Amino acid sequence: MRLFRLASFGQGGRASLAAGGLFFLVLAASPAHALDDPKEMLPNPQQEARAEAVGSLLRCLQCQNESIEDSSAPLAHDLRQIVREQVREGKTNRQIIDWMVARYGNFVRLRPPLTATTALLWATPFLGLIVGGGAAFLARRRRPAPPPPLTEAERARLEALTRPTS
Amino acid sequence: MTTDVNRRRLLLLAPLGLVALGGAAFYAMLERMEQGTFDPHAIGDPRVGKPLPKFDLPGVAPAQGFSSTDVQQAAAQQPVLLNFFASWCIPCVQEAAVLATLSQIGLSVWGIAYEDKASATNQFLNRYGNPYARIADDSHGRTAIDFGVYGVPESFLVDSKGIVRWHMAGPLNDDVVRGPLQNALKSLA
Repeated sequence: MRLFRLASFGQGGRASLAAGGLFFLVLAASPAHALDDPKEMLPNPQQEARAEAVGSLLRCLQCQNESIEDSSAPLAHDLRQIVREQVREGKTNRQIIDWMVARYGNFVRLRPPLTATTALLWATPFLGLIVGGGAAFLARRRRPAPPPPLTEAERARLEALTRPTS
Repeated sequence: MTTDVNRRRLLLLAPLGLVALGGAAFYAMLERMEQGTFDPHAIGDPRVGKPLPKFDLPGVAPAQGFSSTDVQQAAAQQPVLLNFFASWCIPCVQEAAVLATLSQIGLSVWGIAYEDKASATNQFLNRYGNPYARIADDSHGRTAIDFGVYGVPESFLVDSKGIVRWHMAGPLNDDVVRGPLQNALKSLA
């Protein structure tokens, strides 16, 4: 919620939430691409959009933290071409990704599937929430009770001490 | 009072325990790396345990190329080490001497030139020696992609049934040959 509030433009909960959502959608839908040559693009814009969507889910194995759409490594170029060939052949996104996984393993997927080995990875945000929440709860409980209000005598003494001496 | 002392003791011992546990795990990992049963750099080997991908590649002129069937037929007699290399690849230069030794002691080493020109490949072989029984030319890199190659050099050990039994991404050196490769060859025998 707080995240959306930060990114909201309008007033009112629902409108700002929608605006915030739209903001993120626009951000997510316009990744920077490193197609080395515009000739690489498919002539059909719908097919090209699908190729870009699939390619941005596939890791460039030479640079490891870029997608094949974002990388200008030679292997990324070859894999981009393969993705476009397969899109043109009418293969589904799932089939294209499976083709890549058969060759390069799940590592090629920038969004790893939930398996026994990635369970900890997927669970980490929730574990962090539990640990952080637990720590916050304990810290709150441990905080000492506020001191009792000043007695009449203490108040008089405080007044005497803080009275300006002129 | 005693609970306070206990809590302090726990606060002191818990991090120590964690560090000790981490140290033990790290030691076990190093030990397994030494034995060659664990490789932190391995991207995962989806090809290991699977049949050789199908291919039919031309040769580096004037030599003849080979196909996956040729590899399979040769591997039926004796395991084949299939090596992807390129003249523009520096680690391949370091690896050349190791491959030469392997072929001298009788291992069948076959080469696939990855995204390279025939003239450059021939120059590379003249300069650093030719350890390969057969050489094929994968100038478009498509066969390499079918093998899951993501950089050169990479090597694949093929057994008598045409199944990839071992894979190494990166140059072969003495440690790799004496460790994982020897283990893999023993398991084939």
